[in-house]
Amino acid sequence: MNGADAIVKCLEEENVKVVYGYPGVAICPFYNSILDSDIRSILIRTEQNAAHAASGMARVTGEVGVCAVTSGPGATNLITGIATAFADSIPLVCITGQVNSELIGSDVFQEADITGATESFVKYSYLIKDVKEIPRVFKEAFHIARTGRKGPVLIDVPIDIQNREIRGFEYPESVKLRTYKPTVKGNTLQIKKVVKELEKATRPLICVGGGVILSDAAKELREFVEEYQIPVVSTMMGISTLPSEHPLYYGMVGNNGAPCANRAMKEADLIMMIGARVADRAVNQPDTITNGKVLVHIDVDPAEIGKNAGPTIPIVGDAKSIFEDFLEYEVDGIYDDWIRTLNEYRTSMQIVRTPNKDFVDPAEFIRELSAQMEDDAVYVADVGQNQIWSCKYHVVKQGRFLTSGGMGTMGYSIPAAMGAKVGCPNRQVVAVCGDGSFQMSMMELATMRQHDIPVKIIVLKNNYLGMVRQYQHFTYKDNYSVVDLSGSPDLEHIAKAYDMKFIRIENMDDYKAGIKKFLKNDEAYLMECLIDPMDLV
Amino acid sequence: MNKKVFQLLVDNTAGVLSRISGLFSRRGYNIESITAGPTADLRYHRITIVASGDDEILDQIEKQVEKLIDVRAVKVLDPDDSVYRELCLIKLEVNSENREGVIAISNVFRANIVDVGKESLIIELTGNQSKIDAFLGLLDGYTIMELARTGITGLSRGIKDVVWLDD
Repeated sequence: MNGADAIVKCLEEENVKVVYGYPGVAICPFYNSILDSDIRSILIRTEQNAAHAASGMARVTGEVGVCAVTSGPGATNLITGIATAFADSIPLVCITGQVNSELIGSDVFQEADITGATESFVKYSYLIKDVKEIPRVFKEAFHIARTGRKGPVLIDVPIDIQNREIRGFEYPESVKLRTYKPTVKGNTLQIKKVVKELEKATRPLICVGGGVILSDAAKELREFVEEYQIPVVSTMMGISTLPSEHPLYYGMVGNNGAPCANRAMKEADLIMMIGARVADRAVNQPDTITNGKVLVHIDVDPAEIGKNAGPTIPIVGDAKSIFEDFLEYEVDGIYDDWIRTLNEYRTSMQIVRTPNKDFVDPAEFIRELSAQMEDDAVYVADVGQNQIWSCKYHVVKQGRFLTSGGMGTMGYSIPAAMGAKVGCPNRQVVAVCGDGSFQMSMMELATMRQHDIPVKIIVLKNNYLGMVRQYQHFTYKDNYSVVDLSGSPDLEHIAKAYDMKFIRIENMDDYKAGIKKFLKNDEAYLMECLIDPMDLV
Repeated sequence: MNKKVFQLLVDNTAGVLSRISGLFSRRGYNIESITAGPTADLRYHRITIVASGDDEILDQIEKQVEKLIDVRAVKVLDPDDSVYRELCLIKLEVNSENREGVIAISNVFRANIVDVGKESLIIELTGNQSKIDAFLGLLDGYTIMELARTGITGLSRGIKDVVWLDD
């Protein structure tokens, strides 16, 4: 058994089913060993997307996503994917090949200091220098990735270590990380304090972030808010914690959020932020959620609490465990008036659009798409205007909504949707992107064909980098710079070239029938929707 | 702006210092000095960091440092209950006329003259920062050719917060 065999064995021990990646000489021993395993390896077309695909899979399965690429450019290409996962706290183990350990530091062919380069956006990283370390390092890496505030862990393995003989392979049963002990259980006294404050409050509001989904706490949270009738809003990463049409859900907060959700944040007298960073896009001015209010901040990462807004009651711990605890208490509070007020806001503060009849109205289109999608479908939004429209108009039923929230990485949707489909082959997976983001990842259509991953892709095409165009419209008075996407390929030809089905929706005449056809079978499908280039989110 | 002295007990892993200093630079924290060296147990290093910022920032620094996996313990050294020391080496331009004067000042501060040449000498001074600052103030009329300060290192007094690492 050599180091590479040991790595594969570690992955088997961790119950890894799929590895996304791209080989090169420095990772070849690993890709040779994986042939003797049942682990499925998927050849992605550029390394960044290996991390995105692993991220999509991790998010729908709740398991750690794994990718493996070669040294040098393979590793550096992976960086954006790692940073994207880090920003959204997605658990990944990223394996990179490295040049011969004796040559490290001498700038040989395809050498890059990848542990150094990724330092600021990995949860932890390892450079393996002794083959005997492999079992311990992998055990620790998976543990670190999936516990506490989840995140990517990088393992850099020089080729000679992969080839070196390892005797007496033994996968450790437990990890020995003395100082790494994330808090799971919330402090009982603090929880009691929150219950008391909830009883005093007349306008309480719960704002859920991605952490609630990551800790699998949606069920407990829902039980709690339904029991005591507490209204809920979400950040972008918190979308799909509750179904969009749940009577207690009032939409996404922030710059691009629902007006009634923002109004609710403003008028609440108690806000519980759960698994949310209180970052600028969600909470533009942190003092608006602290001034004159009781702010409860629940997060598994103590460093998040108080970073952007000082809470009245901080609780460190895992959201699932904390809500299990909350359910033990009786909350004596009646918020009927508040709910009535919010319901009025929800009706009166609807966004009114005046769509151009010559094009597809993205709002109406996305609503109809949602209605026709299966109940547990996975909707993956890319970045740009398409993302904001998706956040505003996608109606989540029992499914999931995935997007790159923290980093805002264009090109995320197609590889992430592929990963989601591989992870949950029985669920319908739809990626929605713009013509800019589509072209950042369209090489993955080949991966979909090769590995038979039937993802449905919708391109909202407006021939512009719409979000930047919109910014230039407001900030530079229509002085457009480098946002025109002329020269883009004919998508019908692209679909044909990849042997995919294709449909184009030009306006609102028969979009419903088009969506029906597009969603009907479990097969890869490319849909192009023509959007008014001047449309604004 | 406030100042705090953080003392970290860390695993002696490759790259631990760059992980810590990298954290300060990428989050824009002000670092005034950093010193590092092995402890009695060579598997662990002790790092002393002097950082400045407002209270929220100093609080964030403590939390962010605590989050690093290599960091075993973080202490804030209370100035009233700790011993701080810094070592300073000063290469001073001197001649036969003013050499005696320098030696006299050095004696008052219990500084050592560790090298003497025809045109220069090196003074070694250990103490807390105010002592070193006071000494440097007295050298106003002299030409300092080179100056090296280690930044402070320190220990808290007594045994109440000693961290024992037992594995």
